[in-house]
Amino acid sequence: MSAVREGARQVMAWLHGWTGLLLGWVLFVMCFAGTLSVFKPEIGRWMRPEAAATAEPVAAIAAAGNWLSRNAPDATGWYLSVPDRRMNTVEASYDSGGAFLYRALDPVSGAPVARETLGGEFFYRLHFELELPFPWGRMLASLAAAFMLVALITGIIAHRRIFRDFFTFRTGKGQRSWLDGHNALGVLALPFHLMITFTGLITLASLSMPWGISAAYGDDVAAMYREQIPGIAERAATGVKAPLAPLAPMLHEAQRRFGGAAVGRVYVINPGDSAAVVTVYRADSGQIGYTPAEISFDGATGRVLAAWTEKRPAIQTYNVLYGLHMGRFAPSLTRWLYFLGGAMLTLAIATGLVLWIVKRRERAPLSLANRVLERLNAGVLAGVPLGCIAYLLANRLLPLDMVDRSAGEVSAALWTAGIALAIGAVLPSRLAWPLLLGLVAAGCAIAPLFVPLGQGDAAILIGNLMLLGVAAALLPLVWRQIRRPSVPVSRRTARVPA
Amino acid sequence: MASGAQSGRRGWRYRSNVAARVVTGSLGAYAVAALLAIALARTLPMARVEAVTVATLLAFLAAPAVTIWAFLARGPWRAVAGVVVVALPLAAIAWMAGSPV
Repeated sequence: MSAVREGARQVMAWLHGWTGLLLGWVLFVMCFAGTLSVFKPEIGRWMRPEAAATAEPVAAIAAAGNWLSRNAPDATGWYLSVPDRRMNTVEASYDSGGAFLYRALDPVSGAPVARETLGGEFFYRLHFELELPFPWGRMLASLAAAFMLVALITGIIAHRRIFRDFFTFRTGKGQRSWLDGHNALGVLALPFHLMITFTGLITLASLSMPWGISAAYGDDVAAMYREQIPGIAERAATGVKAPLAPLAPMLHEAQRRFGGAAVGRVYVINPGDSAAVVTVYRADSGQIGYTPAEISFDGATGRVLAAWTEKRPAIQTYNVLYGLHMGRFAPSLTRWLYFLGGAMLTLAIATGLVLWIVKRRERAPLSLANRVLERLNAGVLAGVPLGCIAYLLANRLLPLDMVDRSAGEVSAALWTAGIALAIGAVLPSRLAWPLLLGLVAAGCAIAPLFVPLGQGDAAILIGNLMLLGVAAALLPLVWRQIRRPSVPVSRRTARVPA
Repeated sequence: MASGAQSGRRGWRYRSNVAARVVTGSLGAYAVAALLAIALARTLPMARVEAVTVATLLAFLAAPAVTIWAFLARGPWRAVAGVVVVALPLAAIAWMAGSPV
């Protein structure tokens, strides 16, 4: 017996179960989408096979600025991400006639590329906004992250033999196997799980824990942001029109001041106004810390308004924690480890949710509430991946000239997930699981078939191989469920004479 | 829970024990974290944006610690009392430091 008394361990196990269960499906969606977001640029490339053009970053931003000047001059802001080795297009967010748009712009022509899609941005937004309106999605995500943190800590305390369990896997033993799997997934990447949960929690700190800010700044939150990111020059639009000065010289100047480091984002606030401001951010890929340096230019003249390189220890600590969560610094091996860690956390959550039911099913007939949970499990745990596959398939199948095409892709995802939830609710779980997982496998197997011929770079190839890999991994699982359709009954209950 | 588990999981004693700890471990933990953020944001000897940042980061470490403690304390009243004992001085510091605005 170790330092923790047995009663305390039971309490921690109880708390682990409840904090994991209550927002478990929300956490599953967040971790699933977050894991995919690791490859957000590559998913974008997979979903835009026609957009193969490449250009130097400065030329690409200049082209994007030219196109936006002609097509979105009245926007309150253009928010551009600069192409790099992972992403060839300029990702642009801007408002037009009251609507907020997200477009991938061709790096040569500056115009939106064919096959209008949100690409990886859908998963990225789903990860922390959950398709809910502001601020509720982010609030729910913050609450779920807090639950996750408590579930991780209680899971560690409740755990008797972290090291030994790590090497333990007993197959075909119902509850014991699920528990072994859950433990291995949780323990193997435990430092990653703790890091990603805590850093995720603090990314939304200004929303979930605003009390320090309001204690020091009162209602003037804008003052906090000015002090936090001093390289942003904030000023109101004058209403007087003035053409935007060329962006290329500003980018060159920024790059010179960044010591040659790459430019990551370019924000143009009030373009076309005489008080327009162009803020250039150093790329997040060069170091762990997020927002390491930024510089603002007068949009009409190109004159430098403000410049800042972050050196304050507290802010840098926050930026490093933020950057650790975003993982943009990660070179390719680290990026795959992020993906792997995320996948393991997603599976730990899924196995934990299944375990809740399996454990209770082996002891006694399930209560009504647990039967509802059992069916929701199938609907959510298989339905969310199915919705994501539908999103990818819609990307390949919807007509290229469709109006609001990117919204159509999202609708396909949401409707499919909703139908999967309904199937999970209607069918007994021994039928719903193989049906839904079979559909996921089929979708993964079909999606790679629609590559437009002659167009295919590394992102498309690797994406297709991963989809086929998921299909191949799911097949034996589905096959087993079809061959043994009955719910696996534990030996203990099976041996008891009726 | 720790001491109530033996007496069954249905009685009002067990339920009020759990309820007290759940409220303490959730709302109480958040209150302690928020008060810590306010107190530190107003008193740390550094530029105010840095003080706010440090205060907020530490608040996120304090909250789960209070949650765990609320469930490990020997009795529900000790859990509640513990949170009050921590929260009161933090509130006093925050109030005495006053708003710098």
